[in-house]
Amino acid sequence: MSISVRGITKDFGHFKALKEVDLEIPDGQLVALLGPSGSGKTTLLRIIAGLEFADCGTVQFDGKDISDQTAGERHVGFVFQHYALFRHMTVFENIAFGLRVRPRRLRPSEQKIRAKVEELLRLIQLQNQARRYPSQLSGGQRQRVALARALAVEPGVLLLDEPFGSLDAKVRQELRRWLRQLHDEVHITSVFVTHDQEEALEVADLVAVMNEGRIEQVGSPEEVYNHPATPFVYNFLGNVNLFHGRVDDGKAYIQETDTGNLAFVRPHLLEITRQPNGANHFRATTTHINAAGPVVKVDALTEWGAPIHVEMSQERFQALRLNKNEVVFVTPKDIAVFQKDRAS
Amino acid sequence: MAASLQTQIRGTLAPRSGAAARAISEPTVVRWLLIGIALVFLGTFLFLPLAIVFATAFQKGVGFYLQVFRDPDTLAAIRLTLLAAGIAVPLNVVFGIAAAWVIGKFDFVGKSLLITLIDLPFSVSPVVAGLIYVLLFGLQGLLGPWLIAHGIRIIFAVPGIVLATIFVTFPFVARELLPMIQSQGNEEEEAALTLGASGWQTFFRVTLPNVKWALIYGVILCNARAMGEFGAVSVVSGHIRGLTDTVPLHIEILYNDYQFVAAFAVASLLALLALMTLLVKSVVEWKAGQQFAAQSASDTESNS
Repeated sequence: MSISVRGITKDFGHFKALKEVDLEIPDGQLVALLGPSGSGKTTLLRIIAGLEFADCGTVQFDGKDISDQTAGERHVGFVFQHYALFRHMTVFENIAFGLRVRPRRLRPSEQKIRAKVEELLRLIQLQNQARRYPSQLSGGQRQRVALARALAVEPGVLLLDEPFGSLDAKVRQELRRWLRQLHDEVHITSVFVTHDQEEALEVADLVAVMNEGRIEQVGSPEEVYNHPATPFVYNFLGNVNLFHGRVDDGKAYIQETDTGNLAFVRPHLLEITRQPNGANHFRATTTHINAAGPVVKVDALTEWGAPIHVEMSQERFQALRLNKNEVVFVTPKDIAVFQKDRAS
Repeated sequence: MAASLQTQIRGTLAPRSGAAARAISEPTVVRWLLIGIALVFLGTFLFLPLAIVFATAFQKGVGFYLQVFRDPDTLAAIRLTLLAAGIAVPLNVVFGIAAAWVIGKFDFVGKSLLITLIDLPFSVSPVVAGLIYVLLFGLQGLLGPWLIAHGIRIIFAVPGIVLATIFVTFPFVARELLPMIQSQGNEEEEAALTLGASGWQTFFRVTLPNVKWALIYGVILCNARAMGEFGAVSVVSGHIRGLTDTVPLHIEILYNDYQFVAAFAVASLLALLALMTLLVKSVVEWKAGQQFAAQSASDTESNS
């Protein structure tokens, strides 16, 4: 089912959570709403679910306006950040809930409910935990039960609010891959909210980056990472070095004085050399080196006194034999320049 | 009361490690002294009176004790008490759930005023509560003449007793449920709604089971108070033997008639009720504690 959000605005008192948001989500895609806290991403998700209602604007499923429908009528699966499992029901009853509350004429037979729940238990790999209560499960297991419960009613759309937010790093990784696999199997249009850029880039087909109640950019993970449309997106998706710069004849110049433009360079796109290599470089003094991990992180001060952050491979680091407090030459390999007024 | 239930539960599920226990402990002498004081206090003010109630009740033997309960007036008093509690408790359960639900789940103007009003019967003397009804429905009261003209008797009759009982017991259920409902938030209800459950289904299948133990606890306390209430009922009852006497009022009448043994025999009924209440309350606390313990143990596990 495709989702179409048009001109959605939502205020909470004086706080403008969403400002005329438009978003098109094609059928069968896994979409990430990515943004810092307070950017309106959860509010947008809840409006799509019908748990919150917009002040103006419409939400359409498959081209049909469902703005006035309640959460139950919209037939969406919603997975809550803190799982929201029914604590007094077993895993089995949690998953069966959506089927059991149907009006009698639409309710499947007990046998069919049983079969459906068992199929979902297999899918989430918790066949042996059916008789347990949510409180007896680990965080990752609870999240999978929450997902199975949402899928049991065969929703047209699956919405997930920070699905991995309260899990530890390792479980998070596993569940992330698992969700991706699951989506490739089930192919249900899914939207998940996250503040973790790595998570969004790794899992989603499409990433919508949100900031202060607006969508800054929508695109594939490569697009938003490699071709950020705004300074905010550039900044939010990964580390950056910020320079003042100017553009002349299609060439970018980094400057030490404020010229009205901003230039961004990713840490791995700054190359450190021992020898100057033409005009395209500046001098810097290394101040700190962190060589633990696959990527070596080097902090340095430019000749005009601005701190920069450089990342390089272990091999490159070994070849350079870099030490602290050394003067080196830095070459930016790719610079993104934005007009200052857009950077605000 | 709810707060004390919570802290008791928290207390039992956070067992201190040996080292920590020693660090906050007191010398043996101090400990025994404190325990001793507590025991003496309990003995003097609780166990001794309780023992005297039963000792006096059986002073003239089991035969006489049973004889007391064959007296028609006593039986009428028991029936009336059961009737009053039987009406007051269910009504206050409905009212308590509704009030706790509204206060716990929604924000509205006048919310704190409503909470204050719910607590009113706790702060108003029961005698005053009874007098309010006399002034309202009594012969000289505001609505009295109209009621008399239409042949409706409230004061010095069963309806007055039921009304007074409802008034003094109405905070109990709401007060027990409120912290429970507030602490649970809305997420489970929202989950139920997205799964297609109707409002009633959400309430009966999700909200109510989650506050089950707090509700039972509230009902027990409400019932104990309903059956034991003296002041408010005394004002509106008129003390007509066999007609408007509840158990507590009947005990007073018997006592004033110098029928000490009979008075204590009936009193032993209320004492038994109190003991039963304590027993059920302990079981409920233990059950609720188990639920909390399982919950929080797994919470800490998933957070670690």
